[in-house]
Amino acid sequence: MNASSDVLVIGAGVIGAATAYFAAQQGLTVTVLDKGLPASGTSSACEGNILVSDKELGPELELTRYSLAVWHGDLSEHKKLWEFESKGGIIVASRESSLASLHRVMTVQTGYGVAVEELDRDALREAEPHISPEALGGASYREDCQVQPMLVAAHLVRLATEAGVRFLAETPVTGFLRSGDRVTGVRTPRGDFAAGAVVNCTGTWAGELAALAGVNVPVLPRRGFVMVTEPLPPMVHHKVYAAEYIDNVGSSDAGLQGSPVVESTPGGNILIGSTRERVGFDRSVSTSALRLLARNATALFPFLEDVKAIRHYHGFRPYCPDHLPVIGHDDRAPGLWHAAGHEGAGIGLSAGTGKLLAQAIGGQSPDLDLSPFAPARFGSPADPTPAHHEEATA
Amino acid sequence: MSPGKVGSIMKADVAVVGAGPAGLAAAVAAAEAGALVAVVDAGAQPGGQFWRHRPETVVPEPDGSGHHGWRSYVDLRARFDAARRRGQIIYLPGLQVWMPEKNDAGFTLHTTPAVARARSEDAATNDPAGSGAGNGPAGSGTVVARRLVLCPGGYDRQLPVPGWELPGVMAAGGIQAFLKGNGTLPGRRFVVAGTGPFLLPVAAGIAEAGGQVLAVLESSSPAAWLPHLRAAAGVPEKALEGAEYAAVFARHRIPYRTRSIVTEILGQDRASGVRTAKVDADGRVRPGTEGVYDDVDVVGFGWGFTPQMELPVALGADTRLDADGSLVGIVDERQESSIPGLFLAGEVTGVGGASLAVIEGLTAGAAAARERAADKADASRATRHRRFAEAMHHAHPVPAAWQEWLTPDTTVCRCEEVTASQITEARDTLGARDSRSLKSFTRAGMGWCQGRVCGFAAGCLAAGQRVSASAQSLSDAAKRPLGAPVSIGELASLETDS
Amino acid sequence: MSTQAQGAAETPGGPTVELTLRFDGRPLKAAPGQSVGGALAAHGITAWRSTRKGARPRGLFCGIGVCFDCLVTVDGAANQRACLVEVRDGMQIDGSYPQAEGDRQ
Ligand SMILES: Cc1cc2nc3c(=O)[nH]c(=O)nc-3n(C[C@H](O)[C@H](O)[C@H](O)COP(=O)(O)OP(=O)(O)OC[C@H]3O[C@@H](n4cnc5c(N)ncnc54)[C@H](O)[C@@H]3O)c2cc1C
Ligand SMILES: Cc1cc2nc3c(=O)[nH]c(=O)nc-3n(C[C@H](O)[C@H](O)[C@H](O)COP(=O)(O)OP(=O)(O)OC[C@H]3O[C@@H](n4cnc5c(N)ncnc54)[C@H](O)[C@@H]3O)c2cc1C
Ligand code: FES
Repeated sequence: MNASSDVLVIGAGVIGAATAYFAAQQGLTVTVLDKGLPASGTSSACEGNILVSDKELGPELELTRYSLAVWHGDLSEHKKLWEFESKGGIIVASRESSLASLHRVMTVQTGYGVAVEELDRDALREAEPHISPEALGGASYREDCQVQPMLVAAHLVRLATEAGVRFLAETPVTGFLRSGDRVTGVRTPRGDFAAGAVVNCTGTWAGELAALAGVNVPVLPRRGFVMVTEPLPPMVHHKVYAAEYIDNVGSSDAGLQGSPVVESTPGGNILIGSTRERVGFDRSVSTSALRLLARNATALFPFLEDVKAIRHYHGFRPYCPDHLPVIGHDDRAPGLWHAAGHEGAGIGLSAGTGKLLAQAIGGQSPDLDLSPFAPARFGSPADPTPAHHEEATA
Repeated sequence: MSPGKVGSIMKADVAVVGAGPAGLAAAVAAAEAGALVAVVDAGAQPGGQFWRHRPETVVPEPDGSGHHGWRSYVDLRARFDAARRRGQIIYLPGLQVWMPEKNDAGFTLHTTPAVARARSEDAATNDPAGSGAGNGPAGSGTVVARRLVLCPGGYDRQLPVPGWELPGVMAAGGIQAFLKGNGTLPGRRFVVAGTGPFLLPVAAGIAEAGGQVLAVLESSSPAAWLPHLRAAAGVPEKALEGAEYAAVFARHRIPYRTRSIVTEILGQDRASGVRTAKVDADGRVRPGTEGVYDDVDVVGFGWGFTPQMELPVALGADTRLDADGSLVGIVDERQESSIPGLFLAGEVTGVGGASLAVIEGLTAGAAAARERAADKADASRATRHRRFAEAMHHAHPVPAAWQEWLTPDTTVCRCEEVTASQITEARDTLGARDSRSLKSFTRAGMGWCQGRVCGFAAGCLAAGQRVSASAQSLSDAAKRPLGAPVSIGELASLETDS
Repeated sequence: MSTQAQGAAETPGGPTVELTLRFDGRPLKAAPGQSVGGALAAHGITAWRSTRKGARPRGLFCGIGVCFDCLVTVDGAANQRACLVEVRDGMQIDGSYPQAEGDRQ
């Protein structure tokens, strides 16, 4: 048996890293285990958008705004480490009908306190000079920002270890230690680890891990492709996406969808993201996904036609059927906690998730009510039908 | 369907990628066995790296001076041209495969022009078969074939050296390619350094073309060959070649310094000289042996070759580490990979030189055309060449201590300008112990070349001092889902199955 | 064979024809069959690209289309590999690295 700790975090993606970091800030002793290296799962195969603009009203928007406050508050001193940029997002409408729905969304969002500003034809062109002549107008969200997600995860792990957290790479969790119903630790090839609280931060693997504990947490993969262009001088100044994006995000349609999100990175490359399709853990390259991304992107920014893509990648968003993450204590297996299923928003939500969970584990009442995210919403008795995994990492 | 039009789909029995020694041989063997063959090559005319020659539009009858094995080329080329005239080879030069796919029909190759085409050329007509030019204007296009032979060759392997990013520093093979392609030299005064017998033809070529070779610096020592003399004797033509180079070196008084390296390239905005030193068997600098060459315009480096593995890796072919530390494809005696119908020949099965590439190409082409099992005589020649190659790899290793030559601010990734200290820091503080996480954390390997140049060195640095990159790390580094840059406009007009 | 083709480059074994390119706005002689990189090097020009971070000079490195260090704008098409593109009469070549006076002939 290895030394026991207050908290044992499984998974060193962005969610596990943030959880460990904030748990250590709470003065708890923490151990983090990952089956690979830090940030080797979905957190290294995504984009780094922290978006307010695309969130469903309700608990998700609340969590997003709480997270934003943590990014700008607790984590602000580390901004440079992960290339934090408050660059703002712009939603563009190219059809009269989508412009009308955009205006409706804006009105509602304003009511909820989201900082959104209408851009008419000219204002849109002033903000994004290379936007398509077809674009009719847009909405500007100055709270939207961006980070480099791999650096977030890696530096949070590093900062946590500097604060005394023990991190072990290449240590897969293969089972749980139990005492009656209670989860009291984990099994690994490097021996057993006991802990007061075991936190499942394994992203798309979370269903598999939960099943090992006999509980149902239905996290499924939703594949996304992202295309990267050659480095260019600044041509795109905000995160720019099409009005249809908002509809796609909350959809459960299995077919291939994609609304363009076009943004530049500090390296000069433009990222064109991202498709959404439910094809399990299929890693084969999809020419239809590439074509869709290319068509959507050139429709927004015609100059991209002659720009070269130099690579593309894909990842698997961990999502739950109700499109809400699972955050909190699992009453079905006392001692087990989950923080997973953040779908296409896990980077942005990591800061808030980690802080709230650490508060709850530390016995405080969290700044934000976590009950909408409660694991037990997936019912008991346990019906473990875990997501199927063919391959290890992204 | 007219061949070669933008967006067109070309169907063949066998597709061959590459028109170097391996690709030419594979195409010829498959065509002569009765298959309809499509040959896609990034080059503008046949030859690949080894048989690169001046544009045939300017020099229609190359005499092969400065080339070895030119007779073999002339023979293969005549058979290649004859098969084109018979309509059995469709030749598609100037196209790079950016993505191969395996599907029910066999294989699909998506291609893109290697160089942007001038507007005036868009209206060009088909050239007659037998000229160096291909079948029609090459827009992007798709090739579909039941079987695929990949012969994409390789490129000079590089190790970072302080100052190697200065203009005037080139790959040793790059100097030779410049000479073979342009008929001129990229400078006047040269230093050639690294390891391996390939440094000899580079230096000899420079001298024969009128350049001055101040020195050839070889990190290994001739004694390193001693345990491998039997393998060397199995390929007598190599000894002959060696004797020829020795004569050229003597004639031009080229100093050949063994157990010697370049420790730094001097110069402000371009290379102007080099610092050198003697090293021990591990490659550690021996104090007090430092020297300087001033007034150098071109420094050529080569540390063996890196096989171009993205296409085999993209198709999921099984790979292994070869004796030289390179990632190569695993093949059976018919050159078939672990993917049925996918054959590999040339450098991608192990760096072994042009003669071996030709033998492998012939075997692969014939097998892909389903003609016959490997020819017995070819098989035993191939075995002798492979033994020689293995001996060569053992005699000319990448020096174990090379990481000690770096200063903290030595550029490792040339594209993204990532330094050695940024890499070791990401390794030591962020846990970047493989090339994949190194790329995520430092951008090393994320630039234009997608880690082709720095991939080997970065993989070794991530693994730690005196450790070479693992097969997994090199295979991650060779995952380049786009085998070549391709315009978003082309992607938007992709033909897809759905 | 000459070490460095100057101006109207010799074309060994071929006809002696002369092409004119424009490099960063000034005329430059070249020979048919040369690569853009070959033609520039023949005039002693070894760097034409400026790196994004350090604004450092770059020119030919691998010589065979692998490293992308030699990128140059050819007739308005950005980011072409100078080692692969063959010269044509009247070709406009633009680099991103400012040429020093000493490089001009
Ligand atoms: C294409 C794409 C674009 C995206 N864009 C954005 C965006 O712009 N903004 C945003 O906020 N989000 C985005 N996302 C979503 C975001 O990437 C995810 O929500 C987030 O990365 C999930 O983080 P995680 O830590 O939960 O999972 P992961 O990063 O997958 O981490 C899980 C970790 O658990 C480890 N693990 C698994 N099983 C075990 C085991 N048995 N034992 C030990 N360790 C184990 C894994 O090795 C892994 O490191 C995108 C996703 C995709 C696919
Ligand atoms: C620059 C250079 C110079 C060399 N000079 C010598 C020498 O003087 N003496 C010596 O013994 N050995 C030399 N070698 C090694 C020699 O090239 C090899 O041993 C031999 O050429 C291998 O033959 P091959 O057919 O495998 O590959 P290559 O000759 O390299 O041919 C591969 C062909 O495939 C094409 N290709 C690659 N990828 C793609 C793609 N994605 N799409 C389309 N086409 C593609 C390439 O453009 C090339 O034309 C040199 C190597 C290099 C890189
Ligand atoms: S010199 Fe490397 S791509 Fe041109």
